[in-house]
Amino acid sequence: MANKLKLSLSPHVHGGDSVSKNMRWVIIAMLPAMLWSFYAFGLGAVIVTAVSVASCVFFEWAINKFILKNDKCTLCDWSAVVTGILLAFNLPSNLPLYIIIIGALFAIGVVKMTFGGLGCNLFNPALAARVFLLISFPVKMTQFPEVGQMAAYADAITAATPMANLAKADLLSLFLGNVGGSLGEVSALCLLIGLVILLVSKTITWHIPVSILATVFALSGLLHIAYPVEVATPWHHLCGGGLMLGAIFMATDYVTSPMTAKGQLLYGFCIGFLTVLIRVFGAYPEGMSFAILIMNAFVPLINNACKPQRFAKEVKK
Amino acid sequence: MSTILIAVIALGLTALVLAAVLFVVSKKFAVEEDPRVGQVAEVLPQANCGGCGYPGCAGFADACVKAGSLDGLMCPVGGQAVMTQVADILGLSAGAAEPKVAVVRCNGTCEHRPRTAVYDGAVSCKIAHSTACGETGCAYGCLGCGDCVKACKFDAIRMNPETGLPEVDAEKCTACGACVKACPRMIIELRNKGRNGRRMVVLCVNKDKGPVTRKACEVGCIGCSKCQKVCPFEAITIANNLAYIDYEKCKLCRKCEDECPQHSIVAVNFPARKPKPVENSES
Amino acid sequence: MKTFRIGGVHPAENKLSAGKKIEPMALPRQAVFPLSQHIGAPAVACVAKGDMVKVGTKIADAGGFVSAAIFSSVSGKVAKIDSVIDASGYRKPAIFIDVIGDEWEESIDRSEELVTECTLEPAEIVAKIKDAGIVGMGGACFPTHVKLTPPPGAKAECVIINAVECEPYLTADHQLMLEKPEQILVGVSLLMRAVNVTKGYIGIENNKPDAIALMREKAAKYPNIEIVPLKVQYPQGGEKQLIDAVIGRQVPNPPAIPIAVGAVVQNVGTAYAVYEAVIKNKPLFERVVTVTGKALANPSNLLTRMGTPMSMLIEAAGGMPENTGKIIGGGPMMGKALVNAEVPICKGSSGVLLMTEEESVRGEEQNCIRCAKCVGACPMGLEPYLLAKLGEYGDWERAENEDIMTCIECGCCTFTCPSNRPLLDWVRLAKNTVGGIIRERNMKK
Repeated sequence: MANKLKLSLSPHVHGGDSVSKNMRWVIIAMLPAMLWSFYAFGLGAVIVTAVSVASCVFFEWAINKFILKNDKCTLCDWSAVVTGILLAFNLPSNLPLYIIIIGALFAIGVVKMTFGGLGCNLFNPALAARVFLLISFPVKMTQFPEVGQMAAYADAITAATPMANLAKADLLSLFLGNVGGSLGEVSALCLLIGLVILLVSKTITWHIPVSILATVFALSGLLHIAYPVEVATPWHHLCGGGLMLGAIFMATDYVTSPMTAKGQLLYGFCIGFLTVLIRVFGAYPEGMSFAILIMNAFVPLINNACKPQRFAKEVKK
Repeated sequence: MSTILIAVIALGLTALVLAAVLFVVSKKFAVEEDPRVGQVAEVLPQANCGGCGYPGCAGFADACVKAGSLDGLMCPVGGQAVMTQVADILGLSAGAAEPKVAVVRCNGTCEHRPRTAVYDGAVSCKIAHSTACGETGCAYGCLGCGDCVKACKFDAIRMNPETGLPEVDAEKCTACGACVKACPRMIIELRNKGRNGRRMVVLCVNKDKGPVTRKACEVGCIGCSKCQKVCPFEAITIANNLAYIDYEKCKLCRKCEDECPQHSIVAVNFPARKPKPVENSES
Repeated sequence: MKTFRIGGVHPAENKLSAGKKIEPMALPRQAVFPLSQHIGAPAVACVAKGDMVKVGTKIADAGGFVSAAIFSSVSGKVAKIDSVIDASGYRKPAIFIDVIGDEWEESIDRSEELVTECTLEPAEIVAKIKDAGIVGMGGACFPTHVKLTPPPGAKAECVIINAVECEPYLTADHQLMLEKPEQILVGVSLLMRAVNVTKGYIGIENNKPDAIALMREKAAKYPNIEIVPLKVQYPQGGEKQLIDAVIGRQVPNPPAIPIAVGAVVQNVGTAYAVYEAVIKNKPLFERVVTVTGKALANPSNLLTRMGTPMSMLIEAAGGMPENTGKIIGGGPMMGKALVNAEVPICKGSSGVLLMTEEESVRGEEQNCIRCAKCVGACPMGLEPYLLAKLGEYGDWERAENEDIMTCIECGCCTFTCPSNRPLLDWVRLAKNTVGGIIRERNMKK
C-alpha cells in the first residue's frame, strides 16, 4: 500500500449532495419562467437577464479577489448566478443598464458579501436589491412594458401593472403571464412548474410555498367575501404580482428561511398575512417583497422559538 | 419670538424634570462598592483573559479586595509588577512569583516524527485526539491542529508550517494558561522563564516504553534515566518512561543535555557553545 | 411497511458480499486479545506469560458487573501481556497468545446437531450468558447479561432482535440468518425466557427478502416470535429507532433505557452466540466478519476467531488493494477509521471495510447554507447545524439545553450536508464535553 491511510471520525461516506447541485436545481426550476419572460418581453428580457447575471457574477468574483483576498473560488457554487437571475426576475424589462448594475452591486456587495458570503446573509440578496431599487428609482421600477414587444428594450411601450387594479384583471392572462410586470413574476403557470421541479428534486420542502399560498388564499378570500367590490378574488391574489415568484423562489431561499418545519410554516403564514395586508390596505400595490424581507429579519427568532419535534417528546395537541 | 420662547421654556423644563429624576434615581439606587475595587481594576491589564481564574479583571479586582491577603492571587498577564501595585493599593504584601512562560513539550517535527497517516476530520486537536493517536505513531505528541493557537488571546502562539508544531513567543506570552487548558494532550506546561530566559526542558511527554517511543519519534524520551543519574541537583525525575525536569531545582548546568541519547532534553536561549545543532528552541 | 418516525437517510447499500457463504478463516500465528473489548470496566487477565491455553479457555475475568470475560479463541501458549493498537487508535493492554495446534476445551459441544429443548431457569440462562462473555455483537459491545438483568421496578414486555443491518456494505448478520435460522430462533426464545417475556420480534429490513422469507418459514414453529419486515432506512439499527419502528414506542431521553418502554433489544448475532453458549457450552470467541470494499477482489463473510489481525482477513478476501485510502472497522456510517491493518478482530468487529483513495477523501468544507437538510435527517429531532456551531464555539451550556446528550452519533447529519461540513465531529466533541460536565456535576451532588 503506497499511500498513507486517512483518519477521521464516522461517517465515512457522504450522500453526494452539494451546494452547487442544489443551486443548479434552482436554476433549472427557474428556466420555464425565464423562457416565458424571453417570449413575453423579447429582447429587453434577454438584455436585463444577461446584464444582471453577468454583473452579479462579476461583483462576487471581484469582491472575493480584491477586497476579501479570498483564494477560494465561490463562483463554482452557482449562488451568484441564482441571485442574478432572481434579481432580473424582479425587474421590468426596459430598465436602464446602470440601474441593473447598481442593483447587482447592492445585492452581492452589500447584502451578501458584507455578512460573510453565502450562508451568512440575513436578507435575500435579490429581494433586498429589488426593494432598494424600488425606493431609489420608484418611477423606472414601476413602469412595466406591455407583453409582446419582441425587439424593444428601453423604448418599449409601458402600461400600468395589473396590480394597480387587480380586481379588474383577466384571471387567465394573470395565470399564463399575458400581463405586464417584472420579468419572472408574470406567469404563474411557469412558476408552478418550477415549484414542481424544486419539490421533485428535493431541493426544498413544501412547507414554505404551501403555507404562503394557503394563507394568501384564505385571507384574501375572507376579505373578498367581506368586500366583494374593493378586494379581488383569492384567485387573482394568487396569480397576480410577485406572489408566486416570492413564495416559490424568494421565501424558500435556504439562507434566509427558518430551519424547522414548524418554523417554516409559521414563516410562510406570516409572509402570506403581511402580503395581503400590504396589498389590500397598504400604499404599495405589491407587498410580497416587503413581507419576505420583514420576515427574514425574524428568522433567528423563529429558529429559537420553533424547535424540531425531538425524539420521545410527543407534540402536545 | 414667542415660538422661540415657548421652545426654550418647554425644553428647559423637560431638562429640569429629567435631571431631578436622574438625581433621585442615582442616589436611591446607588450600589455600595468598595472604592478600592475600582482602583485595583484600573491597574489591572484589562485583558479579561481569565488566566487568574476569575471572570475578567473586574472579578479579580473584587476577589483581591475581599480576600484580605494576596496569597494565591496572581495576575499572570500583569505579573509581579501589577501585583505589587495592587498590594500597594490594598496595603498588603504581594507574594513573590517567578515569571512564567508556556512551553510546548513536544519536538516531533515532520523531520523527527514520520507521518504515518493523514487526519481528515474537523480542524480541532480535541477531535483529532478522539479520532486516533494522530498522524504519527506517537499517541502523546502534538496533533498540530492549533487549539492552543485559537485559545491564545495574546497572539503569542503560532503554528510553524515547517515543523507542524506551535511556537510560543516568550515576549508576548503572559502565562495565562489558556493554551494549557486547550491542549487535549497536556503537552503545554507553564514553566519558570529562567535567568535571561534560559531553561532546560524535556521536549517530550511520551509515556510509552522505549522501543515504542523510538519507533514513533527520533527525539522522544525513552525514560532511560541517564539524565537522572547525571543530574547533580536531583532536579530530574523519571515516571512512566518519561523524564521531567523540576524547574525549581534545575541550576541550568546542561549536563543532562549532553547525556540524553535521544536529544529530548533541550537547552533554550543558551549561547551556542559547540557547532552542535541547538535548533530546537521552542520560542 | 414499518419504520421509525423521525428523520433518517438512505445511503447507497453496496452490499457487495451479499449471498457469499460464511467461510471459516484460517488460524492466525498469534492471536491478540485486547482486555477492553466492551463497554464498561476492562477485563482482568487471569493467565500469565507461559501459560498453556485451549480454545475456549477463559483468559480474562470480567472487571466488574458491567464488563465481560474474555476467552481464548486458539490453543497455544501465552506469549506476553503487552499493549496493542486497537480500534480506538491507541495502545491498550492485551494478551498475546502464540498458536499451537487447535485443541478445544472438552466441555464445548462441537456437533452440528440442532438442540431446541432447554430446561434452564431464567437466572441460569443469564448466568451462562455472563460466563460465556457475551456482549452486544452489533458494534456497541454492551455486556448482554446486564441488559438481561432489568433494574428493580422495570418489567420487560418483549424482546426485539436487531437483524436490520442498516449499515451499508455489511452482510454478516444477513448471511448468518440464511445459514443458521433455526439456531437463531432458539437463541431468541432463550433470550425471551431469560427476561421472562412471551413476545419476541425480529426486525429485518426489506432489502433482505430471502432472509425475511426463510426466517418466516422457520419461525412458523414459534408462535411467539414475529418477523417484522422494515422499510430500508438508516439508522434503523439504532436501538431507539428499532423500538420505535417495531412496537411504535419512543424511549425517553437518557438516563432512561429501552426497558422503560418494556423492550429488550439484542442483535441477531448475539442471539446466535446465546444459542451456542447456552446449548453448546461454547463461549464467545468467534464471529462472522464481513470483509468488503469496492476495490477488494473477493468481498466475503468470514467466520473468524477473535484476535486474528484484520490484515489476515483482507489477505483471505483477495489482498489489500493498491489504492486503499481508509481501513474501517465496522460499517461506513458508524465504524472507526483504523490506524493500520494489524488491529485484531474483537467481539464487536462486524466488518472490515476498505475504502479507495477517492472514496475516503472528505469533500471541501463550505459555509453552512442553512438548508436545514441536517435537521430533516436527524433521527433524534435535533438541530445538528446548531449543535456543531455550539461545539465549535464551546458554548456547552446551550448545547446541553439543546438536548445534545440525546444524539446517537449516527452520522446522518454529516452524510447529508451539502456543504460537506464535519457536523458530527463537532457535535461529538460537544457531546463528550457536556457529558463530562454532567458527570462532574453528579459527582458533586
